[in-house]
Amino acid sequence: MTIETKKTLIKNATLADGRNSDILISDGVIASIASSINDSDATILDASAMVVMSGLVDLHTHLREPGKEDSETVLSGSRAGVKGGYVALSAMANTSPVADTAGVVEQVYRLGKSAGLLDVFPVGAVTQGIAGKVLAEIGAMADSDARVRVFSDDGNCVSDPLVMRRALEYVKKFGGVIAQHAQEPALTAGSQMNEGIVSATLGLKGWPAVAEEAIIARDVLLAEHVGSRLHICHLTTAGGVEIIRWAKARGINVTAEVTPHHLLLTDESARSYDPIFKVNPPLRTEKDVMALRAGLADGTIDIVATDHAPHPEESKECEWQEAAFGMLGLEHALSIVAATMVETGLMDWAAVQDRMSTAPARIGGYADHGRGLAVGAPAHLTVINPKASYRVDRDRLQSKSRNTPFHGMEFTARVVATFFHGQIVYQEGGNA
Amino acid sequence: MKHLLSIADLSRIDAIRILDTAAELARVSDTPMKKLPTLRGRTIVNLFAEDSTRTRISFEAAAKRLSADVINFSAKGSSLSKGESLKDTAQTLQAMGADAVIIRHGASGAPARLAACEWMSGAVINAGDGTHEHPSQALLDAFTIRKHLSQGREDLQGLRVAIVGDVLHSRVARSNVLLLTKLGAHVTLVAPPTLLPVGVESWPVSISYDFDQILDSVDAIMMLRVQLERMSELFFPNAREYSRYFGLNTERLNMLHPGAIVLHPGPMNRGLEITAESADSARSVIIEQVTNGVSVRMAILYLLLAGDTSIEAGL
Repeated sequence: MTIETKKTLIKNATLADGRNSDILISDGVIASIASSINDSDATILDASAMVVMSGLVDLHTHLREPGKEDSETVLSGSRAGVKGGYVALSAMANTSPVADTAGVVEQVYRLGKSAGLLDVFPVGAVTQGIAGKVLAEIGAMADSDARVRVFSDDGNCVSDPLVMRRALEYVKKFGGVIAQHAQEPALTAGSQMNEGIVSATLGLKGWPAVAEEAIIARDVLLAEHVGSRLHICHLTTAGGVEIIRWAKARGINVTAEVTPHHLLLTDESARSYDPIFKVNPPLRTEKDVMALRAGLADGTIDIVATDHAPHPEESKECEWQEAAFGMLGLEHALSIVAATMVETGLMDWAAVQDRMSTAPARIGGYADHGRGLAVGAPAHLTVINPKASYRVDRDRLQSKSRNTPFHGMEFTARVVATFFHGQIVYQEGGNA
Repeated sequence: MKHLLSIADLSRIDAIRILDTAAELARVSDTPMKKLPTLRGRTIVNLFAEDSTRTRISFEAAAKRLSADVINFSAKGSSLSKGESLKDTAQTLQAMGADAVIIRHGASGAPARLAACEWMSGAVINAGDGTHEHPSQALLDAFTIRKHLSQGREDLQGLRVAIVGDVLHSRVARSNVLLLTKLGAHVTLVAPPTLLPVGVESWPVSISYDFDQILDSVDAIMMLRVQLERMSELFFPNAREYSRYFGLNTERLNMLHPGAIVLHPGPMNRGLEITAESADSARSVIIEQVTNGVSVRMAILYLLLAGDTSIEAGL
């Protein structure tokens, strides 16, 4: 897969901060950054008109292995990741078996190593079987070879307030973080889509914004009370953004993420009854989308995370209410962030680098990642052509699954190459 | 138009064409020789993934009066109850050469999925999908109201209709709101706030929580079936309290102005949303709705399948 090169010289790159520079990579680290570097031993990559930034880090990925290898494997997910410019993925715990023991997280970690394209950091379950009742062996997972720092029952909400309190307290021992899937189950039993004008017309059971916001409000207060670190997964509502903004102003140690699809799509998509648009949490309204974009721009929302959720064909080729929740994200996340945030003037590339590399690495505690373009840092780089229009084709994906809601959409920016430890692990049109 | 999925897809003119065609066909039904040869050789499948006797036999009667071959495919004992996917069922029907599929399904949007997919090519007629729509019911309701109250007008301009009960879970209510307002009627939804959908404020209707207050200002009352399991889902405290505030009884019947009619899509819960005296009163057109249902469904099949392009283009 990878091309062995000792030295690579990237010429004429535009860095995230707008500077033009050459970048010399040697032995997997950034050896030099200067306006003009010459090195006759190095393989040259001309990056004229390209933006080169710190490699992308995803804090929320479903790699499906072990247990659901028909949807995705660590290897196929890694391929999708590097195609999307990612150099680190956080493998969610809702596999089969659930990643709630040291054994499972170490298995996932080793699968990532053997795929070798990027770093796979397993996320540990908060509770046994992500059932929300009994704490999983959080300490053992933290001390395992996988060194888990992010814990989440994602897919399920840690809805019991006492369980959530204890989990938040417990991970303080090693500086861990609880990533909460905020969804009050009693308010969302059987829910199918955002509760509002569209659900009223379609006769699909509504999923109220308050079901998400009530948990966020509760959990920021719990985090404050026990002095721990909370991360809110896939924020979707304008009200949720307000609560996070309030909590941060109050000094509460909370971070939040938004997905590419919640930055782009609304519940209007459900009018087709095509379950390709069925996702948990659901697509919300235009007003929510605008609030999410504003929150990401002003830093209230810290990061973009994909919630890449592969599903086999039959899980989506059916009635809406029978279909699985979830959509693919890794391969088009950068393009969508560029379309919704950069091309709209809300953010510059430096902010993109922060929200998609630096901040997620910091939240996850991934020390080798998100260090920007600094001499001596591991050469994890994402090379972006900001003006290379393309149309998404679900038949040309690296993921094993095809459940992308972006099929047929046209985007302007795209990832053209990804470096991991100085090696090209993805190159557009290349054989990487 | 190839399918009948939602009232939203019909123009006012389309809707009136269906009602007018139904009136024509009703005259045929009144003759001793009820059958027309129009759909001879055509195959119509009744795909009922959810139990429904009255809608199924109504469509079956309509199809047979137009001389179509009817295949009944119902949930119990069929592959549908054995976990077969909608896709596989559709492909099976396609392979059998179905010209039209009349589908009743528990999932909102299932008919739309059938129509949009490439699994089958026949016409799809929505016979009730989840809590979404029930277009043929709304058309027969409008037909019945027009017959009684429109005084020769082709539409329902100026008529005031109250739809009372579990609007939240009612496909009949959704289709009727769209159709009755399209035809010029003023619709008031009467229900406890728990049984109105969030988002109802975007509908072109008035809302009332007080049944008694609207009784003397409506021309037609449409009672919706209330399912008792809603009680356990906390939508209302108990059946007695529901009946007290939202049931149609003789007292309320007497508050209606002369000429006002009472409709119910059936099946009724006598004693819950409607008392026996109200259901059987002179104002009740509930049995007539059943009769009209056959004519309206004949019109739907006729316009979708008869191959008369001048009529089909209009639909």
